[in-house]
Order: sequence, then structure tokens, then C-alpha cells
Amino acid sequence: MKIAVLSGKGGVGKTLVSTNLTNILSKYTKIELLDCDVEEPNSNIFFNFEFNKKEKINLLVPEIDNQKCTKCGLCADSCQFGAINVFNHGVMVFNSLCHGCGVCSIVCPHEAISEKEKSIGTIEYGQKNNIYFGQGLLNIGEPSGVKIIRTLKKHSKNINLQILDAPPGASCSVVETLKNMNYAIIVTESTPFGFHDMKSVIEICQKMGLKMGIIINRYDKDYTEIEEYLNKNNIEILEKIPFSKEIALMYSKGELISQNDKYKIIFQNILNKIGVVQ
Amino acid sequence: MKQISIVSGKGGTGKTTLSGALNFLFQNNTAADCDVDASNLYLLLNPKLKKQYDYYGGKKAFIEQDKCIKCGKCQTLCRFDAIDFINEEFKINEYSCEGCNLCVLKCPVKAIELIDNRAGEYYLSENKKMKVIHGSLEPGEETSGGLVAEIRKKAIEVSKEEKTDYIIIDGAPGMGCPATSSITGVNYVIIVTEPTKSGIHDLKRIIDTTKHFKREFGIVINRFDLNIQNTELIEKFCKDNGIKLLGNISFDETVLKATQKQKSIIEYDSKAKEDIINIFNNLMEEIS
Ligand code: SF4
Ligand code: SF4
Ligand code: SF4
Ligand code: SF4
Repeated sequence: MKIAVLSGKGGVGKTLVSTNLTNILSKYTKIELLDCDVEEPNSNIFFNFEFNKKEKINLLVPEIDNQKCTKCGLCADSCQFGAINVFNHGVMVFNSLCHGCGVCSIVCPHEAISEKEKSIGTIEYGQKNNIYFGQGLLNIGEPSGVKIIRTLKKHSKNINLQILDAPPGASCSVVETLKNMNYAIIVTESTPFGFHDMKSVIEICQKMGLKMGIIINRYDKDYTEIEEYLNKNNIEILEKIPFSKEIALMYSKGELISQNDKYKIIFQNILNKIGVVQ
Repeated sequence: MKQISIVSGKGGTGKTTLSGALNFLFQNNTAADCDVDASNLYLLLNPKLKKQYDYYGGKKAFIEQDKCIKCGKCQTLCRFDAIDFINEEFKINEYSCEGCNLCVLKCPVKAIELIDNRAGEYYLSENKKMKVIHGSLEPGEETSGGLVAEIRKKAIEVSKEEKTDYIIIDGAPGMGCPATSSITGVNYVIIVTEPTKSGIHDLKRIIDTTKHFKREFGIVINRFDLNIQNTELIEKFCKDNGIKLLGNISFDETVLKATQKQKSIIEYDSKAKEDIINIFNNLMEEIS
């Protein structure tokens, strides 16, 4: 079973849920945790894995041979992203705009464009006890982490039981994380913000035909909108985690709250409801 | 006109609470909600919708099945794994396609074309105090900085028309394209962090990003009293690196209550409100 943990916005408790679920499951079985939140991978703060495998993720970006280039301008006209420009003194590539698609080198009539690798980030893997861990990290200033997520998933151990910590939001990198998943856990919080952002994530899961369940974190019984909406739309609520200063404090120190028997039950309940453990 | 952007490395640090409050504290300002993935500022400012604009972001390939001879060339060549073979048909995966045009150029029978992609919309809204520009992306779209750039452009236009002195921007979280689009060219960046291990981890990354774009910036520690030790770590880090600390915001349950009622914390007498006013004063000194 492959489970993605996601949230419409950051900071509502997505990593809290994915790390603690992983912790509980690892008591019974082998489990793989992949941190796909490549802009801010935070899961490892709670486990401190040492990485035994590291891989650079590269894009192929164009390199111009000025000897061969006639400044015909075809490359610049063909690039959909405005990443290559032809000036009087030569051709210039703006690496931060380049998607590495390869169009310019194909259209160049004088074979003046070759391709070189440019690093956009890294993926790392480690293992401790029953937990296999992988994370991606996007380099600063790079626009898109989709390729890092794709490679992280492809090069993982592909253990039967996987938990993926998705990037926050509802963008294409979330969709990349959700591909081939069996279940989506959506984490939200008892505020109009949480409610609003949860709806876009639900829409994605529905479009992708994914089974899903909701966790309302920092639950406040006086704010009823979320539950009314979920009940009306027949979407399962997996758990309501009350606001607790103790949880917030443990989390701030990088501790797993499921180490504490009081909170362990929360995550066991969730797993029961999804049907991962009996 | 000065542009001030409020950002955070990770979401949920209280970025929107602060930008909402600042939008009420500034006298003469336009608000821009650039957190298009989680456009929460406009919920807080509660403005009336005035105008709506379509946002077209990039293009997507489309295969005409009648023409396709199923040679598979497009699938082999696409570098974004965006072409699937399902039910005996080659199909573009609209979520993965980046619209690069490679398949269009290489299809031997010209069965593929690029079509404009409506990726979201943005709005001009208004409440009693200010104009608000905000937007929303279609779920699953690339959170390109494109929409952020459109919103900022509109905000500048509106600010000029209305002769406002400031544009207060609720920036996109993270480090990627939308986040950097929310800080390029602004006059001042406020980075909101929290005293958690993950907060500290992300703080360093967002500081590097801000420096990368050569912006002036200051730090705010939200919910500072949740973990005093971590707060002291951040304060020391700022001091050692000559980084301006604009102030701390107390952990205050009034913030949650205000948020649930879609009100700014400024409307509630509270510890957090006092802290934010103090930050506002420090900010004014920094930017004047
Ligand atoms: S298409 Fe080739 S020859 Fe023409 S400007 Fe570009 S690099 Fe130079
Ligand atoms: S590889 Fe693609 S995105 Fe990069 S410059 Fe060439 S055409 Fe533009
Ligand atoms: S390259 Fe053209 S003809 Fe070949 S499979 Fe793709 S769409 Fe069909
Ligand atoms: S336009 Fe580019 S990204 Fe889209 S399917 Fe064609 S080759 Fe792939």
C-alpha cells in the first residue's frame, strides 16, 4: 500500500502525521518514508538518518558553440520559455528559466548547440531498523522540483508499504507525488484557511480517482464548517487531533509524539481506519 | 511607492496573520496575495470581488487521435514523462506536460499541437480600507511564478491609480519559483519563522534565497514563547550574522479565534496585537 500525506497549505501538520505514522508502522513491519517536500524536506529532523546513498539530479541545458553559430535566431524563436536569447555578441542561455526540454538543440540548423548537465538538486537515501528513508532537496533558485520527486520515487526501494510526505499546496509537484498512490491522507486545520485550501487538494484527489481521508489538526469543535462540508460530500474524517501545547512543544524539539502513549493511539486509529493494520 | 513582501520558508508560520495585520496598520496601501497555492490573505481581508481576469500560463500539447499513427516517437522523446499509452492510445498527461513543443516538432504526421492553457484566474477586490489583488490556480497546475508576476503587476497598476504609498505582499512560501517571484524587486522582505527545529532549518534556506536576490530583509519570530531555547538560537544566529530582528510575536490563542472569524488580529486587543504594532514601528524605521 502506498499512502501520500498532503495538505492544502503548509504548517498544518503534514509532516507530524507522516513521521508518526511511519514510526508506528515500523514497529510491525518494513516501511519506506519518502520526503517529497523537496523545497523544505523536514522529516529527517525527527529521525536523524545517516545517508548512505546520494545522487545528484541534473537537467540537460544547452551550451552554444560560438564557432558554429550563425546567430540565425531559430533557437530563441523555438524556446517556449524565453530561456535562450540571441544578441549581437552571441547567444545567451538563462539557466534559471531553462526547462531542459531539448528543443533548441533539435532546431539549430548548424549543430551549434550541445547539452551539458546542470544540477538542480539531490536525492538521498538511508535506513535505520525497519525504516527505509529517502528525501529530495531542490537547489536554491531552481523553479521546479517535479523531476526530483519523480526520480526519488523511481530510485526508491519500492517497499510494499510506502508513506510519501507530499509538498504542501495543490500544484503539479503534488500531482507528481500522488501518481501511483493507493490512498491520500489530507491534513487540514480548524480555520477558514485550512478549509479553503483543503478543498483544492480534495479536488485533485477526486480527479485522480484516489481514495482519501481527512485529518483535522488543531481541532476546534466550535469551528464546524469543515465537518459539515465533509459530511455533505461523504468524505471520511480519519481523526481529529485537538490543539495541544504539549504536541506543539514536542514537535518544536523534533520529537515524535507517537513515542508518548497518550498520542500513539491517534495514529493507530488512523491506520486502522485506512486498513493498513488490523 | 514601496513594496514590502512577507515570506516564510515553510507554510503555517503565521505569515498571513502578519501580512493581514500590516495591511491594516499601514495608512495608505494596496494588498497583494501572492500565495496563490493557499490564497488566505484575501479570506482575512474579506474584500468584495470587483473584477476577474483569466490567467493563461504556458501551453499544453494535444494529440489528435485521428491523425496519430502510434509510432511512439513523442513518448520516447518527451523529457517530462508526459505522454502515456493508455487503451491503445498515446495521450498527453496534462499535469506533466510542460508545453515545450518538442513532440509537436518531432511528430512525423503532425498529429500534435500546442494549445493555450488556462491555468487560473486573478481578481481585483476591495474592502473599506484597501484594494486587494489575489488569485487562484487551477488545482494541479504548475505553481509558476507567472501568476504571482501577474498579480504583482496588477497591484502596481492599482497602487499607481489609487496613489497608495505601499504594496503589502503576502508572499508564496517555500523556495521555488512562486516564492522567488514574490520577492524580486521588492523594497523590503519580512521573513517569518517559528522556534521549531523545522522552522530554523527552513529559515536558513529562505535567508540564502533572499540574499541570492539581493533584497534587504528582517526576521520576525512568531509564537516565540513556544520554545524559548529555540528562539534564543534564532536570535543568536541573527546577531552573529548581522541580521535585523524586527521583533517577536507571542503565542496567543486570540490569533486562532480571530482567524476563525476571518478577522485580523488587529481587531482584538491582545498580546499578539501589541507585538505586531511593535514590529510595525521597527519596520517603519527600517524602510524610511
Ligand atoms: S539556432 Fe543555432 S545557429 Fe541559430 S542562433 Fe541558435 S545556436 Fe546559433
Ligand atoms: S532546452 Fe528548452 S527551455 Fe532550455 S533553452 Fe533550450 S528550448 Fe529553451
Ligand atoms: S509522434 Fe505523432 S504519430 Fe507518433 S505516436 Fe506521437 S502523436 Fe502519434
Ligand atoms: S509539449 Fe513537451 S512536455 Fe508536453 S508532451 Fe510534448 S514533449 Fe512532452
